[in-house]
Amino acid sequence: MLHDFVDQFWPSTVDGISLGSIYALVALGYTMVYGVLRLINFAHSEVFMLGTVAVVYTVTEIGVSSPLSGISLIAMLVLLAVVGMVASAGTAVTLEYVAYRPLRKRGASRLAALISAIGASLFLQQLAALVIIPRLFHKPKEGGRLPVQSPNWVERKDVISIGDFVVRNDKLLIVVSAVLMMIALDQFVNRTKLGRGIRATAQDPETSVLMGVNIDRIVTATFLIGGAMAGVAAALYVMRFEETNFFVGFLLGIKAFTAAVLGGIGNLRGALVGGIVLGLIEMYGSALFGSEWQHVVAFSVLVLVLMFRPTGILGESLQQARV
Amino acid sequence: MNGPRMTGNGTNKDMLVATGDTVGGEGHRLRGGWGRGGWAATPRPVRWLVYLALIALAMLLPLQPIGSFMTPRSDWATVLFYPIGVYILLAIGLNVVVGQAGLLDLGYVAFFAIGGYMMAVLGTKVGWRFWEILAVGILASAVSGLILGAPTLRLRGDYLAIVTLGFGEIVRITAQNIDAIGGPRGIAGIPHPPSLSDFEIFGVKPFHYGVLDPRPYYYLLVVLIALTIIFCKRLENSRVGRAWAAIREDEDAAELMGVPTFRFKLAAFAIGASIGGATGVVWSAKVISIIPNNFPFILSATILAAVVLGGSGNIPGVMLGAFLVAWLPERFRVLQDYRVLAFGAVLVLMMALRPEGILPSRRRKAEFAEGAGGMGSLGAEVGSATSEASS
Amino acid sequence: MRRSIQGLAAAAVASTLLLAACGGNDNNGGGGGGGSAQPSTVKLGFMGDLTGENSGIVIPPFNGATMAVDEYNATNPTTKIQLIRYDSQAQPDQAASLAQQALKTDKIVGLIGPAFSGESQQVGPILEEGKIPSVSPSATNVTLGQKGWKYWHRILANDGVQGAGIAGYIVRALKAKKVFVVDDKQDYSKGLADVVDNTLKENGVTTQRDTVDQNGSDYSSTVNKIKAAAPDAIFYGGYYAQLGRLIKQLREGGVKARVLSGDGSLDTGLPKGAGGTNADGAVVGCPCNIDRTGVSSPASKKFADAYKTKFNTVPKIYSAEGYDAATAFIKAIEAGNTTPEKINQFLSTVDTPGVTKQIKFGPNGEPAGGEIYVYLFKGPDYTLLGNAKEAPAPPA
Repeated sequence: MLHDFVDQFWPSTVDGISLGSIYALVALGYTMVYGVLRLINFAHSEVFMLGTVAVVYTVTEIGVSSPLSGISLIAMLVLLAVVGMVASAGTAVTLEYVAYRPLRKRGASRLAALISAIGASLFLQQLAALVIIPRLFHKPKEGGRLPVQSPNWVERKDVISIGDFVVRNDKLLIVVSAVLMMIALDQFVNRTKLGRGIRATAQDPETSVLMGVNIDRIVTATFLIGGAMAGVAAALYVMRFEETNFFVGFLLGIKAFTAAVLGGIGNLRGALVGGIVLGLIEMYGSALFGSEWQHVVAFSVLVLVLMFRPTGILGESLQQARV
Repeated sequence: MNGPRMTGNGTNKDMLVATGDTVGGEGHRLRGGWGRGGWAATPRPVRWLVYLALIALAMLLPLQPIGSFMTPRSDWATVLFYPIGVYILLAIGLNVVVGQAGLLDLGYVAFFAIGGYMMAVLGTKVGWRFWEILAVGILASAVSGLILGAPTLRLRGDYLAIVTLGFGEIVRITAQNIDAIGGPRGIAGIPHPPSLSDFEIFGVKPFHYGVLDPRPYYYLLVVLIALTIIFCKRLENSRVGRAWAAIREDEDAAELMGVPTFRFKLAAFAIGASIGGATGVVWSAKVISIIPNNFPFILSATILAAVVLGGSGNIPGVMLGAFLVAWLPERFRVLQDYRVLAFGAVLVLMMALRPEGILPSRRRKAEFAEGAGGMGSLGAEVGSATSEASS
Repeated sequence: MRRSIQGLAAAAVASTLLLAACGGNDNNGGGGGGGSAQPSTVKLGFMGDLTGENSGIVIPPFNGATMAVDEYNATNPTTKIQLIRYDSQAQPDQAASLAQQALKTDKIVGLIGPAFSGESQQVGPILEEGKIPSVSPSATNVTLGQKGWKYWHRILANDGVQGAGIAGYIVRALKAKKVFVVDDKQDYSKGLADVVDNTLKENGVTTQRDTVDQNGSDYSSTVNKIKAAAPDAIFYGGYYAQLGRLIKQLREGGVKARVLSGDGSLDTGLPKGAGGTNADGAVVGCPCNIDRTGVSSPASKKFADAYKTKFNTVPKIYSAEGYDAATAFIKAIEAGNTTPEKINQFLSTVDTPGVTKQIKFGPNGEPAGGEIYVYLFKGPDYTLLGNAKEAPAPPA
């Protein structure tokens, strides 16, 4: 156990940061929606999943003659990121419109909203398994639950190799992309008018309304941006694993939500910190206790954080007297 | 203060409503509770007669002619036990947590699993018998409900939901990883309940628990369901039920009015857990082999769907919800594949159109209309296009 | 209030009736249908996941069984056989309830199946108490044969034999000194991996264990462990979907060791999941004999040709076993046994050649013989290497 941990410290670290970056991007969606609406968007996991389906489909349709690396890999990744963003953001906005907006307009209870979110999540999952995947990839209905692979389009090479510390090109790309998107988002939220609106709404909704902020637009924008981030994560995921399935969102969604909470819900930088920390904890935990405990480790982190430090690492006060 | 908007005249009337429902019986004018005016007005003996008739009817259900109509392609008596009977009992249990106390539990299957494994382990490895295990199982599940609830019930509603989901998965994965309780193989050879007697009536031996005849198990389940309903109804009409109603509608106000909210939430959790555990014990004793994958998250979601769709807070409602959720996919095979898809769509639609469920209690209907009844209203802070000035 | 109750009740009754009228009879031919026309037809059941995601492993034996029954009925015998399908979707509860149905309403005299071990655990006791004989063409769990069931049989070697066979091949043909064993924590997977692990240890091979999650996609921690261990070979207990993923990540991580697995991985989905040529060289064992062109025996050739003609596809995994399982019952009925009890008695003494092996059962229901075969993957498909006891190491 300990021997494994020490032995695989560097590979675990590299893999943890790389995995955590994907968590971080998806976590952004959870954290933003929660910051503005105080709602856990249960169906965000399916926003991610549908992004991966779109990306796999695109790669399959475009086809590659041989695996890419270097500039062409990056170019392809950018293209796929755009595809992912469109698919995921589209799903997210539709989701808001169909499942949450009617409830918000009626002032429905949060319990109802959460249940609607769960229903939407189940619906989208099954839709992918029963309709979308079979149609897009020409499978019979029963085959919808099986994984779909994209053609092999990534040529994997080690870019850094110092003893045990080996970094492969795809893992490096994931981390770099996540950080870049985070910086972009940070700039957007801090510098643009819309970004200010989002921050204001998350901080003090009533005053924002009084100051003339159009809440509906803010909510839509929040879902759109969160979805877009998940779309980028989807492209990175497909680059790393070259496959997807209808159920991929469930586990990853819970992990990403854990990351959001770990870093401090409602806190954008917290999502990045939380994601990476969670990725590392999972990898170290697997090395220490055995891979079968990987998910239990992640779930336990969730439970423990919520119990003992619900404000997360970077903190964001939940104790506000808002219901 | 910020809180769910309350229509009407402020706190007093709502608290009155909270108490009024419980005063049931001979024509108390306060409304609240489903059909209370007409039903509660009927004298007690008549009501009890109707209940007994219903129980007798339930006992008569597993008849072949009914079976060939209800499930022509699988064995009706088996289906009556599982999924129908089991889902109904689980829904009543979850109703205590979600419907009465307004706590969203997404990991309810964990208690079902704990009960099931109690029966399996104590039955195969320790050699106890069903009735003892049932008592112990109920206790153990209640304790696990306390263990889960103690640290988590201070959390806000949506966080509680996620934590309970995590807990459900932790229980399942742990069961899978620990070889001492079977690991992924699970446990087989679980003993049936010992037969109470070989008394035979109409060709059935209702107290003989064998392999071929599912009916004795079903009768046992009916008795258990009846007892649970009586227990829950009593609770609902007691101080505990009133406290739950107050917590559900506005926890902060309840706390201010002196209701020890944490304690009552914990009680709800423990009681719901013990019902789930009891169901697990009975089910395990019938199916005689269980594996960790018998307890996936989707089962928690299904029972939640049953409670919410049927009418959370209202026992006949959740029973109806559970029955539909269990029976429809069995009856219509086409639905089988699209079952979960339909669940999801119906959940979304119901929340938008009729969040109180098919057979709601009057009070719950009112709560949902006001946007209360659990965790305040969505976007209360951001308001809506027609946002009134909040109080 | 009274009115709403009544209204609701009326609506419920009305809608149920309506639904029932529309739901109609969407079942699969045969069904209960009363004792049926001629007294000289007996009913056999076939149970398994016929429409779900595992149907790829269940439809071939169903086809095999159907072919056997059709061939028999075509000879115009005095007692015809009707094969009824029970789609359990590999859900034990569904299987149990279908078994009750089969027993009490359809009154089958024998069951071919259940196809999977999980459902067999719950169906077994029902058939045992109902005294209905069964022959499974594909359930390989060892414990099924250890329960002392008198009416249960299977026509293929169990996982204990399979694991030992594959481990023997690793030791003898591959001459591996260090093997890394992985499973996905499911019952079948872990059971098989455990047997392989123990057998290897008994033969002086060093082993190391780890697990992957059947639903997860990231196997990096397992890949890292394997890389650090640098084994001569890797054995995976589980199914092709996860193994494909594992192989892919292993190759991408630079691990070139040969990969082996059991019958759950014997599927053309494996190379697809692994991507490219990553799965080349993988050796997969199976208690089944998939002889597509019928080279192993004249009976095999006859079967392969007939199967191809009837179903327009080559025989797949377990199709010949399904044929043999049906043959066991057919021989019993041919000999004039038409009650479950008599059929069961016949099964305990049957000794007749089948396509895959001699059809003969030991006292606990296990087959008297049962070889393990190994298959080699290359490109998108696999070929038979031979019997695990004799087959050579694949070309480098």
